[in-house]
Amino acid sequence: MKILTNIAVSESGYLFNPTNGDSFSSNLVATDIITLMKQNKTSDEIKKALHAKYDVEKSTIERDYDEFIQELGDNYLLSTDGK
Amino acid sequence: MENKKKITVAVTGLNAVDSPGPGVAVARGVRELEGYDVRVIGLSYEALEPGIYMEGIADKTYQIPYPSAGSESLMTRLEYIQEQEKIDVLIPNFDAELYNFIKLSPKLKEMGINTYMPTTEQFEARDKVNLYAFCQKHGFYVPRDKTIYNASELPAVAAHFNYPLVVKGKYYEAVVCQTLDQAQKAFHKLEAKWGLPIIVQEYISGTEINVAALGDGHGETVSAVPMRKLFITDKGKAWAGVTLEDSRLVKLAKDFIKVTNWRGGFELELMVTTDGRPYFMEINPRFPAWIYLTVGAGQNQPAALVRLAMGEKVKPYETYEVGKTFIRYSWDMIIDIEQFQHFSAFGEN
Repeated sequence: MKILTNIAVSESGYLFNPTNGDSFSSNLVATDIITLMKQNKTSDEIKKALHAKYDVEKSTIERDYDEFIQELGDNYLLSTDGK
Repeated sequence: MENKKKITVAVTGLNAVDSPGPGVAVARGVRELEGYDVRVIGLSYEALEPGIYMEGIADKTYQIPYPSAGSESLMTRLEYIQEQEKIDVLIPNFDAELYNFIKLSPKLKEMGINTYMPTTEQFEARDKVNLYAFCQKHGFYVPRDKTIYNASELPAVAAHFNYPLVVKGKYYEAVVCQTLDQAQKAFHKLEAKWGLPIIVQEYISGTEINVAALGDGHGETVSAVPMRKLFITDKGKAWAGVTLEDSRLVKLAKDFIKVTNWRGGFELELMVTTDGRPYFMEINPRFPAWIYLTVGAGQNQPAALVRLAMGEKVKPYETYEVGKTFIRYSWDMIIDIEQFQHFSAFGEN
């Protein structure tokens, strides 16, 4: 799953979708995920990075990651054609 | 020191109020016209239009008669103003006044006043009452609508479109109605304010996107900048907005210009559905009040229009900054009552 390439993310976790003008605030973990997605990391690589950084069970990371990806999709922030 | 050419540009629409005219924003853009020493002449209908008194907008303002007074009385006033000011370019900024200015444009040209407006045919083709047929003809998405002259026609129209539906005034305002009772009230309110006919339109759900653009009159696009409203007032006006990166919207403006050979500035009001279909809600035949955002984003449409009106060749803009945002604000200006009294009494400041 890839995030749209033109999504702008600031250091403070502010997301801007330049195609439709939607903007979002994200917390630290979400910002980490988006930053890693923009670096073309795979789901497994992102989950491993989160596990290394945060003191959380793997199962919690799995669940939260899937929910967050679902949320990105619901807000038209994921690429449907690999772009 | 650079020897700049002097130019005098007149603008209307100085009513920078809660439902603002575009004049102040247009004047700001024109003042940034490169290579020229610009003098701006304001043309106002009311003595309390804020642009008359704002610093750095109009160097001098003259009152002009309301459009309802007709083109002859407007011409008489413009002849007087031209004797004083030697206006080079005039930019009208209201839908309701455009017809008179288009009609007068050959005479204005003879007086040395250049304009860059749509033709009468272009102006009428995109009128609210003709919008559906126009869009159907050219393959643009458009909500179904019905022009009516009597409230008794509402039940039949509502049965056809279902609720919610939109009841729109001839010139301005639209009301989203959920019931027949609401639609009847909206009909009578808009009839009293703007006259007949009333347009009843199918409701389209989606995101409101606007595109400000400039056509060269020969089918080429000089500029097109899409914007999403971030904050909308209770009158439906943008109080904040951001430029978007969407080549489909820019292409839509280019397609519109190509099929109409549009001459001058205009605004597409679009409703983009969740599946990405852009519906034409309205086409305004002049710059919008948020036009200064195009200047901020790198495409000075008012300045480009002045160059076109002066007969200069203008290279089309190719890029603009995405994510440029405008935030409108209100500000209490303090003026002496004498300034207001002088303008009210003499029709000029």
